[in-house]
Amino acid sequence: MQPTTTHSHPAGTHEEHHEELGFWQKYIFSTDHKVIGIQYGITSLIFLFFGFSLITLMRWQIAYPNKPIPVVGHLLEKMLGTAAAGGVMSSDLYNAFGAMHGTIMVFLGVVPLAFAAFGNFVVPLQIGAVDMAFPRINMVSYQAYAVGGVIMLVSFFIPGGAAQAGWTSYSPLATLIPGEGQTVWILGMVFLITSSLLGAVNFIATIIQLRAPGMTWMRLPFFVWTQFVTAFILLLAFPPLEAAALMQLMDKVAHTSFFLPTGLAAVGGVAGAVSGGGSPLLWQHLFWFLGHPEVYVLILPAMGIVCEILANNTRKPIWGYKSLVYSLLGVGFLSFIVWAHHMYLTGMGTKISTFFQTTTMIISVPSVVILSAFFITLWGGSIRFNTPMLFALAFLPMFGIGGLTGLPLGFNFSDIHLHDTYYVIAHFHYVVAPGTIFGLMAGIYFWYPKATGRMMNEFWGKVHFWLSLAFMNLIFQPMFAQGMAGMLRRMADGGANYSLANTPNAIGGLSDSLIHRNASISHAAWALGLAQIPFIINFFVSMYNGKRVTSDNPWEATTLDWQTPTPPPHGNFTKPIRVYRGPYEYSVPGHPKDFTPQDQPS
Amino acid sequence: MDIPYVVQPRQDTGLYNAKLGIWLFLASEVMLFGALFSSYILLRVGAAPGAWPHGLLNIPIGTVNTLVLITSSITVVMAWASLKMNQFGRFKVFQGFTLLCALMFVGIKSYEYHDKFTHYEVILTDGTVVDGHLIERTKEHVVIHPAAKHGASNAADKSHGDAHAEVKIPVAQIKKIENYGPWHNTYLAIYFTLTALHALHVLGGALVIGYLWGPGSKMWKTDPERFTNRIEVSGLFWHFVDLVWIFLFPVLYLL
Repeated sequence: MQPTTTHSHPAGTHEEHHEELGFWQKYIFSTDHKVIGIQYGITSLIFLFFGFSLITLMRWQIAYPNKPIPVVGHLLEKMLGTAAAGGVMSSDLYNAFGAMHGTIMVFLGVVPLAFAAFGNFVVPLQIGAVDMAFPRINMVSYQAYAVGGVIMLVSFFIPGGAAQAGWTSYSPLATLIPGEGQTVWILGMVFLITSSLLGAVNFIATIIQLRAPGMTWMRLPFFVWTQFVTAFILLLAFPPLEAAALMQLMDKVAHTSFFLPTGLAAVGGVAGAVSGGGSPLLWQHLFWFLGHPEVYVLILPAMGIVCEILANNTRKPIWGYKSLVYSLLGVGFLSFIVWAHHMYLTGMGTKISTFFQTTTMIISVPSVVILSAFFITLWGGSIRFNTPMLFALAFLPMFGIGGLTGLPLGFNFSDIHLHDTYYVIAHFHYVVAPGTIFGLMAGIYFWYPKATGRMMNEFWGKVHFWLSLAFMNLIFQPMFAQGMAGMLRRMADGGANYSLANTPNAIGGLSDSLIHRNASISHAAWALGLAQIPFIINFFVSMYNGKRVTSDNPWEATTLDWQTPTPPPHGNFTKPIRVYRGPYEYSVPGHPKDFTPQDQPS
Repeated sequence: MDIPYVVQPRQDTGLYNAKLGIWLFLASEVMLFGALFSSYILLRVGAAPGAWPHGLLNIPIGTVNTLVLITSSITVVMAWASLKMNQFGRFKVFQGFTLLCALMFVGIKSYEYHDKFTHYEVILTDGTVVDGHLIERTKEHVVIHPAAKHGASNAADKSHGDAHAEVKIPVAQIKKIENYGPWHNTYLAIYFTLTALHALHVLGGALVIGYLWGPGSKMWKTDPERFTNRIEVSGLFWHFVDLVWIFLFPVLYLL
């Protein structure tokens, strides 16, 4: 495949219409799973960068409250008007950026990259299929995602600005904030939910129906298993959020009271003109019924990628393949019955809290099994430390920190102290940023040569890795301390209002040393942004100047995705595929090579 | 490049791709409507004692609509069976009936919606409540035709009959006037949300079935097996839409 999947191909539109598909059919309205995967990949990387940019601006406001943002401050004022008057980020704008940072990172960045991009590109190749089961639905899925993304971007520029009630959009707050930002947010979400629904149906049908002969369930690469479980989570957890979004839309547009209780005082303390009788808790239940499984949507594909790369670079079979698969199924099932551990502070009752506390502790067992199996896989391997492997290796302790710091949040008693503090921020960012995103980076470096026929530069890859690892930890490690000391999240002044400097001797006031960490964290965040430059340049320059691969299987891997031509043509395989063995037959004694591809007859 | 199992079922699963696809899609639909039904339960359980309204809907009309949908469920199966027996003409007839039923259902539903949107509750400045259908609304006055509540079994209510005369209310005496739209109370909110979402599904289903009945039926000549599969898949969706109504009817009309 040509590496240019984006906009830079105007010449090929009209010519060669008879022999080859034109530019539009080949790159924009393609039904080829690999093209769609790359479309998803590039779009979601752009959204990741955009979502990250939002937080870099917010970090200025946190570190230096109410000072004009250098360089881009007046640009913001030009684009967004009074919300950024004098180049200073107003609290409203801070809230909007915060809400959109979460929304964009989760729904437009990480999930499309982890699930749709990698899943689309890799899954049909790994199971030996010619394409997805429903190629046209696959195309529509990407288009719905793109439309949803555009709607989210447009919402910044409508009067009143984008949604401000956080990515969780808790009602009544979300309903009562003036302006139509929330309405547009819901509209965008409906498109994104439709997109992921179509994707999920397609993935499950593909994995069940289109496995090559001999590809039994226990011969599936672990990555395919993770995508399979992820697809089920998306299929079943997203619709309740859609229902909730419809009800919130009704509250906004038709003035119903699904989430608005009787006697609700609106902004300014005046009783709202609503019929009442609604339940704010209902929104939280429906939201977290998606919201928590969504966490596993974020992490499972990354685990799958890490698993492939670990096996490949330790030149050993994955330790405990079956226990991995069963743990994965366990995580998938349990993820549906832990949601209310996000709601301990709502007063939903101790009995319900106890139930969800118990299930939350239980779900950590299979998660630990998976991580332990990965660690044991390393034991005694002759490890190749290339860039994908470095990212995959770093995933293990980073996800470990993220996971273990979740335990105090899963317990009712300790969560009461930690709830809504920077500790929570640090916890889930360890899971998603140096966890999932490192896994995804590993995947990009790993499958890049299959998609383009060229390797990414190793040196710059390593620079990217080491700098990212250092700055990620410099950002999130201090946040644990800030959170445990009681610094709350979502404060537009970085906690200055609660500082001891402002109110000496205040009980629970924030000390100077805590407040000062805001600045060092922000510096690390901006440095993390700079550390992505080697990656961005590497990603684009390597398409044209990277070292050409000399074989279709440059990593000497066993799975079917490496037994195709490079890049794989439409239809993927040049010969009929039959599978004879499990996915990780590395260093099998008595074999001439240290890897035996799945399609090699015994 | 041909994708396998588009028409013929895969041996170990016994399904062709689209059939598996529609079952998965229906699973997500179950979660969508399941969430709304759960919300209904939570809102009703959480309502203040006596606050949840009863008998706002017309049960005979609801029953007729239920029968209409059940009939369409039968004809949609007969249409598919006709294709299996290679009787294209009978398919056209049966599926035509299905479409007719769909239109009838939506028609009756719109009548019910109209009835609610013209039904007003007027609270006067002296505290009395006038409840009934709006006859006329001008700048000076409002004319309401008070009506017994639908479904009220009280004999006294029925005996009123035409005794209700139209009431003319000067605007100055009105404290609040509001029709029975979704904003009126939480019951109507969930009623409109659920039935409107269901009606959208009916329309969507009718659109697909209509396409396969009309222009899409050309495929019968070129690829009859695949066409029959399409009818089966659209039929599965149609059954789901009917099934949702079978739950909606008792929950919203009877309980």
